Amino acid sequence: MIVIISRYFLFFENLTAMSIYWFKSIRSAWILFLCLISAYSHAQLNIEIFGGGASRIPIAIVPFADENKLQQSITPVIGADLQRTGLFKLVDPAGLSPHAPVEVVYADWANRGANALVIGRVVALSSEQVEIQFRLMDVAKKSQLTGLAITVPTTQLRAAAHRIADVIYEALTGDVGVFSTRIAYVLKRGNKYALQVADSDGYNAQSIIEYTEPIISPAWSPDGNQLAYVSFENKKPVVYVQTLSTRERRAVASFKGSNSAPVWSPDGKKLAVVLSGHGGSQIFLVNADGSGLQRLSKSSGIDTEPSFSPDGRHILFTSDRGGSPQIYRMPVTDSESGNAERLTFEGSYNVSPDYSRDGKSFTFIHRNNGQFNVAVQEVGSRQVQILTNSKFDESPSFAPNGKMILYATEINGRGILSAVSRDGQTRQHLSVQTGDIREPAWGPLPKWK
Amino acid sequence: MRKILGVSLIVLLSACASQTTQPEVDDLAAGSGSGSGGMSSSDLGGSGAGRPGYFSQLNDPNSVLSQRSVYYDYDSYTVKGEYRELVMAHARFLRDNASASVILQGNTDDRGSREYNLALGQRRADSVKNMMTLAGARDAQIESVSLGEEKPRAMGQGESAWSQNRRTDILYRGE
Repeated sequence: MIVIISRYFLFFENLTAMSIYWFKSIRSAWILFLCLISAYSHAQLNIEIFGGGASRIPIAIVPFADENKLQQSITPVIGADLQRTGLFKLVDPAGLSPHAPVEVVYADWANRGANALVIGRVVALSSEQVEIQFRLMDVAKKSQLTGLAITVPTTQLRAAAHRIADVIYEALTGDVGVFSTRIAYVLKRGNKYALQVADSDGYNAQSIIEYTEPIISPAWSPDGNQLAYVSFENKKPVVYVQTLSTRERRAVASFKGSNSAPVWSPDGKKLAVVLSGHGGSQIFLVNADGSGLQRLSKSSGIDTEPSFSPDGRHILFTSDRGGSPQIYRMPVTDSESGNAERLTFEGSYNVSPDYSRDGKSFTFIHRNNGQFNVAVQEVGSRQVQILTNSKFDESPSFAPNGKMILYATEINGRGILSAVSRDGQTRQHLSVQTGDIREPAWGPLPKWK
Repeated sequence: MRKILGVSLIVLLSACASQTTQPEVDDLAAGSGSGSGGMSSSDLGGSGAGRPGYFSQLNDPNSVLSQRSVYYDYDSYTVKGEYRELVMAHARFLRDNASASVILQGNTDDRGSREYNLALGQRRADSVKNMMTLAGARDAQIESVSLGEEKPRAMGQGESAWSQNRRTDILYRGE
């Protein structure tokens, strides 16, 4: 990460109290405003907003002074980041353009319904470096909540904007922001398949590897330095691990039969993979270097799509042992385990589980009336919520803070990526390039978080 | 374990050194000590030199052996009655031609999870393999793998495309 945080202007001392304050003050008269903002969003950002959204934080983001001189403006990226979470409503700043606290007329912003206000400026330090100064203002209290000055190369302007969005998100919600994370996915263009890594909003896509044979199931190592995936280049599925910085790669599971569905243990030392060589499709543990194969699941049928609990003690997986594909949980022990507990009961097709990072819930794909949709289930209460209503959703992947889910869906026969908020109230299509996109995996928080 | 696999890889590679094209394939069965044998997909598409005479029989359009695909119902891996004779004919052929070997590739339509479909395709290939071994083909003559929904024969949505993609293909090595 090249962004340098040079100094904090001020920090609000009690974020929790602050976020409670925001949420309470918003409830009053927001229905009308919701409609206005909703229309504004459709035009600007292609974000779909559903339901009441009574708890959205109205925030105005004033274009930073001199940001229009940059190749990439900062504030549109911040606004899109915040809005995609479903926790914010963008208040149109048209006609007002303060860039410093003394220029802010708080009554104007209160009249527009904004509770928070973002202002700032861009200072060119050289032809290759800029300083971005921003402040987050509390409209009701007429004071600064937080602020930051970031020195950044002009090639990293989007990264700087994501960092600022993270600071705003954290100050107003008390949760960790995930805008500076990366995502991995597979892009099919013509007869070529590329494993790509991009920013969390789909921009800055880079190909890690390209083939003329399919690639599926990318999985991030916990440190974000490696990707495991399945390639069909040898006429059958084989699991590889590739280091992002060096592009060096190795086969970690290329046994007789099919090798697939890799996922990393939380300590990064092992992978769970699915092998067919012992009969059926069964879950095994293998060391990250390909050694030490150990069988984990034991059924005569399909056990696949493993997902580790954050503490590494359990694995969720899809199994057809009950007659239809359902999601089960088993303990990860040293001996082969037959002690699996069925977790899903609604419907005849529940697949692709992914644990939230707090381990309290998981997202999965639920089939209903021929539609495949993203759903979330609480592990404890078993309460299920279906979050989408499209036709062919696949591969849901939780954000590291558990507040959003990235998934693949289809529009007019073309695969695209979409993000849905944890409450299902906000969805946005992320794809910014041509081609058929599938198999998204949300990467871990960057190391400085 | 790793050493055993390493050794088995070397043995495997030297065994088929004359025609190998893809070295990165281990033999799971050898690693678990449940027997040697087993083939890697590296045998597929061999040199063609010394091509056995039985291929003419396999490609005779009047023979059921020229039919190489088994089709399935949605979400099912049961070999339907209408394909039993096809599978049994190939099983008998393998039984009678010990040097012949096949790779069975299971496939699915593109609805639902790619990984679950991969496992479903595996079940389809395994179901054909089980029928063949019960009918006298030897385990070492057959490798069953899955391509899941990744290599559709027919593109597009709708049952006419989907039904063509739910299948197991029988590929003879060296053919």
